[in-house]
Amino acid sequence: MTAHAVDERELQLRRPFVLPRWVSRAAVWVPVAAAALWVLVLARNTSAGPAIREPGEFVVTLLDGVTFAGLLFVVASGFTLIFGLMRTVNMAHGSLFLGAAYVAHEIQTNMVGKDANIDARDVSLLAWILPLLAAGAVVALLGLVMQQLLLRWNQGQDLRQALITLAISVIAADQMLAHFGGVAQPLKWPGAVTHFFEIMGERYASSRLFMLGVALLVGGLLWLWLNRTRMGMVIRAGVDDQEMVRALGINVTLVFAVTFVVGSFLAGVGGVLGGSFAGSVAPGVDGAWLLNSLVVVIIGGLGSVKGAVAGSLLYGMVVALSPAYLPAGYTYYSVIFTFALLAVVLAVRPNGLYGRVE
Amino acid sequence: MSPTGTASGPARPGWTLRRLLSARNLVVAAATALALLLPLFGSNFFVEFVMTRTMILGIAAATIVFLAAYGGMISLAQYLLAGVAGFMVGNAVVAQDAWSKGLKLGWNPWVAVLFALAVTTAVAFVLGALASRTTGIYFLMITLTYAVIGYYVFGSITPLSGFGGITGIDPPGLFEDHPVRMYLALVVLSVLVYVSFRVLAATPFGLALQGIRDDPVRMASLGFNVSLHRTLAFTLAGFTAGLAGVFNVWWNGQIDPTSISIGPTLDLLIVAVIGGTLSLEGAWLGAFVFVAANNYLRNLPLVDHIGITEARFNTIVGVLVLLIMILSPDGLAGIIERVRKGLHRLFQPPPGPGSTPAEAAAGSP
Repeated sequence: MTAHAVDERELQLRRPFVLPRWVSRAAVWVPVAAAALWVLVLARNTSAGPAIREPGEFVVTLLDGVTFAGLLFVVASGFTLIFGLMRTVNMAHGSLFLGAAYVAHEIQTNMVGKDANIDARDVSLLAWILPLLAAGAVVALLGLVMQQLLLRWNQGQDLRQALITLAISVIAADQMLAHFGGVAQPLKWPGAVTHFFEIMGERYASSRLFMLGVALLVGGLLWLWLNRTRMGMVIRAGVDDQEMVRALGINVTLVFAVTFVVGSFLAGVGGVLGGSFAGSVAPGVDGAWLLNSLVVVIIGGLGSVKGAVAGSLLYGMVVALSPAYLPAGYTYYSVIFTFALLAVVLAVRPNGLYGRVE
Repeated sequence: MSPTGTASGPARPGWTLRRLLSARNLVVAAATALALLLPLFGSNFFVEFVMTRTMILGIAAATIVFLAAYGGMISLAQYLLAGVAGFMVGNAVVAQDAWSKGLKLGWNPWVAVLFALAVTTAVAFVLGALASRTTGIYFLMITLTYAVIGYYVFGSITPLSGFGGITGIDPPGLFEDHPVRMYLALVVLSVLVYVSFRVLAATPFGLALQGIRDDPVRMASLGFNVSLHRTLAFTLAGFTAGLAGVFNVWWNGQIDPTSISIGPTLDLLIVAVIGGTLSLEGAWLGAFVFVAANNYLRNLPLVDHIGITEARFNTIVGVLVLLIMILSPDGLAGIIERVRKGLHRLFQPPPGPGSTPAEAAAGSP
């Protein structure tokens, strides 16, 4: 009996400290409730105004969030797809994004026949779709070459692979700077989609909805591919248990290569969308979009496409809402909210919303 | 000895003279003596620029190595933490009437140092606690995210700095106009950091940390608080990175967000990778190679001819890291270790069947 009692006490002493459940729940719901209250009623002296008084501003801000989330999803889904199957964190994902945007810029300026001062009205639908597909194809090929030459033989050494792709991103950024210069280069939406229309008394750019449409198309195709084709089935099985898939006699090497091509293509599509969205392509965008992909997958869970959707929506909303609903003069604190989102998710779910515990 | 064995240092307690006089320690002591005597014969540029920067980067990179070798965590937030210390020094010391950004508190520089280190340590504790439940590749990604968010924090929050940064930060009188003193202080600090990290490895905390690196689940079931150990290690590394950051801002006289952006963050990781992420000495070796390459590569006649100029320094660094990661993930220290072993094998007669056990025991981790 005594020995048992000692054991009990020992256990009590040694049990690691774990946050009580209500604390982690409060960590999520108290900030959410406070933010909702602020946005709905209290947000005077902000650029958007309280949502009950300015419903138009509120809807427009939400739309901003959703459309940006679409772009985030296109980029981050490629990143998470590659990681989910191969455990490769592709630090060169942002470089593929920027590379595609530059390729699209080159093709578009050639098709339009102007070097500078390109206006969206000069750009036909073809002069946007063709650069999109070509740029996607170019970076998909580059991604394939990178995977075959530098990543195929050290499969499974995740830190080594992360550092190799990091080195590639450094080289790529420097070479792109050498070729395209430090000045922003134009990349425009096709004229057919750049209009303004009215939503609840607010002007809104149709190009943002077009971007969301492309993102939904990409997401739908990705879903069909992963859930309705044999290759997609193999990939999902590989995410769950790579050894078993290999043991069943499936050519995993081929599946890896195809996944890397698709992941790189998605980065390329994201690059053309993001470049057109910004209106220009400039150095440094690669780092910013590597960050965006990282934030989305850390929130959503590395390797989960569902997580990429959730992460994109949450991050997109924070990016859109925080500057609009911070008091005027304090909008520069909006970056804190990105960090706060990350902190709350990490505190409650260290592996992300849909991440698996390994 | 395996790379992990090299980094873990002496695992058994007790410092006998014989163990203190190992070849590794003698080489480090000789390098220290050389570094201390360098101002007597080195050129001003070499001492005050190349070697000073080497020491600053070396200390900062040593914190990456410390976390990687003992804790199994590759952190990309170390340059951010050095930058936090730098920004805090800048905000605290710049006088109210100066033409600069920031809070301009106009404090005594030594008070500013204490303030900067306190803030840096607190920031490191919070960031470490948030990331401490992850490890490996996830930890790398989270700390990279910290680094980039930190860049935007200092860039966009204009009362603290803004993208223009803080200028006109003077070092305290002890170091002002005495660059050699600053260099010598950095050498002493480097030795302190190096010795502390190695001594720490043999303490109960250090041993628990290494246990957590090797098998977190087992350590947790033995009753060790895994995330607390990781958090404390990260906090200590953050404090040390803060020291490097203080000297960095004194040496530069200014700091802006670009100097802690993703580029310099990767540069510091590259320094650690060149030296080898599992060898503490490698941090300073990698820093020297990096700074020397940065300063002297342009003087090579060949380099201009093949179209790689000074402006394309990043390409050279990237290719260097790529080669190192392809050839030897343990960096230069790993390569040296391999060469040393190869020479050893070359000069020793091939071991007969009877003489192997001792060697095999020494060679296995």
